[in-house]
Amino acid sequence: MEKVLMKGNEAIAEAAILAGCRHYFGYPITPQTEVAAYMAKRMPKIDGVFLQAESEIAAINMVYGVAATGKRCMTSSSSPGIALKCEGISYLAGADLPALIVNVQRGGPGLGGIQPSQSDYFLATRGPGHGDFHVIVLAPAAVQEMADLTYKGFDLAEKYRMPVMLLADGTMGQMMEPVSLPEPQEIKEAPEWATVGTKCQRKHNIANSLYLSPAELEQLNFQRFERYAEIEKNECLWEEYLMDDAEYCVVSCGITARVAKNAIAEARAKGIKVGLIRPITLWPFPKAPLAAAADKVKSFLTVELSMGQMREDVLLATECKKPVFACNRVGGMIPAPEEVLAAIEKMTK
Amino acid sequence: MRENQIVIAGFGGQGLLFSGKVLAYAGMVEGRYLSWLPSYGPEMRGGTANCNVILSDREIGSPIVNHPDILMVMNGPSLDKFEKDVVPGGKIFIDSSLITRKVERTDVEAYYIPASSMAREMGAPSLANMVLLGALVKATDCVTEEGLDAGLQKVIPARKADMLDINRKMLKAGMDVL
Repeated sequence: MEKVLMKGNEAIAEAAILAGCRHYFGYPITPQTEVAAYMAKRMPKIDGVFLQAESEIAAINMVYGVAATGKRCMTSSSSPGIALKCEGISYLAGADLPALIVNVQRGGPGLGGIQPSQSDYFLATRGPGHGDFHVIVLAPAAVQEMADLTYKGFDLAEKYRMPVMLLADGTMGQMMEPVSLPEPQEIKEAPEWATVGTKCQRKHNIANSLYLSPAELEQLNFQRFERYAEIEKNECLWEEYLMDDAEYCVVSCGITARVAKNAIAEARAKGIKVGLIRPITLWPFPKAPLAAAADKVKSFLTVELSMGQMREDVLLATECKKPVFACNRVGGMIPAPEEVLAAIEKMTK
Repeated sequence: MRENQIVIAGFGGQGLLFSGKVLAYAGMVEGRYLSWLPSYGPEMRGGTANCNVILSDREIGSPIVNHPDILMVMNGPSLDKFEKDVVPGGKIFIDSSLITRKVERTDVEAYYIPASSMAREMGAPSLANMVLLGALVKATDCVTEEGLDAGLQKVIPARKADMLDINRKMLKAGMDVL
């Protein structure tokens, strides 16, 4: 397909439509508002639903309702709005329902600011809500990936019957790059578990997250974690860049991975053998390539728009075998390649 | 390897993001790697606005331009803010109808173009951005003139096709200054 120039937020919206999503519920917040604006224009023309809810909490509960019918549905927001949605995300997880939740992160805590951030890493990867659960977390680093991972996100959500979070940052949402859009998917029949009416032909389905019997609730948690183990085995995604001969390894995702690539090019020009591992799935975290790198490189450097949230996963994945240095900017600030280069040079000393 | 890192800055409403989009589309038509990144937030409402455009022969790492080799400015605060960031040998394009001071640096090339006065005289006061962009493309060759025109056609939506000619006229006026 011919490439088009789009903002990351618009690419999310169009890719969702191409994936067969016809139900969008949201509430405006910078820097993701273009997702809603795009849906507001497109959905009425394709027999879809765009609904601006009265609040983020209302929007996620509308998603809960549509998800129970087996239809592809989504919501999008930015950090403070996602915090509000966490109750609903937990209910989706507890009822084993698929949905896509987009978080185009901004600086926090509290209302914070509106400039890019990656500080919802813990919130996303440790289960965004109460109870024992995970969502699959996808971290795009290009407008093309905003489209591709949105598209894939719906498939993963459906395959494992669970919420998926696209965890982008403000830069990814606002920037434009050429993008090849995926092929449109046929809208599927409702799956067998969907609550779409029995027509008196079968036993009725129930979408529910309330189980008052501890033994039953425990079993459901056990089963869910068996599924999570399968996901950790099968669905890890990451990119390796110049890792073949690397003596040092930068670990970064999203916009900071791109800044890091510039710094790595400069470091290589100075003779420093440094490469990059860019996790694309943040949960499941790609532990295997990091564990392998830990036997090979002298040290790691995490580059993040947080105070080092992903660094903890790197420490876990590498079992603290090698030092893990950090280069952190927060509050909406983004490191310049020179800052990352300085951090790389420091770790070689 | 050819790469241009461009910053376009001024007041919100001067068509700066639009100018950047024309360059971005021109780059796409020419099959180059590109990125376009706007400033966003409250500063866009009457305050300063800017966008970063990168056009390159290779895949682009960071879309953030920290050190432009091309700077186009349409207000004084933007010149004050970005002049120091331009790489030595870089080019600065200044709307001299709106910015009275000169560039202080001696290691960059400055182009003073009275874009706003020219646009006003030609009856399109809101298209000073296109005059300045015409000069920028002529002096830097960051995209070809054909690419620029193709980019313009992509940015201007079909329902505003009547705006195409006046935009072309303004770009040409800017090119002819040099």
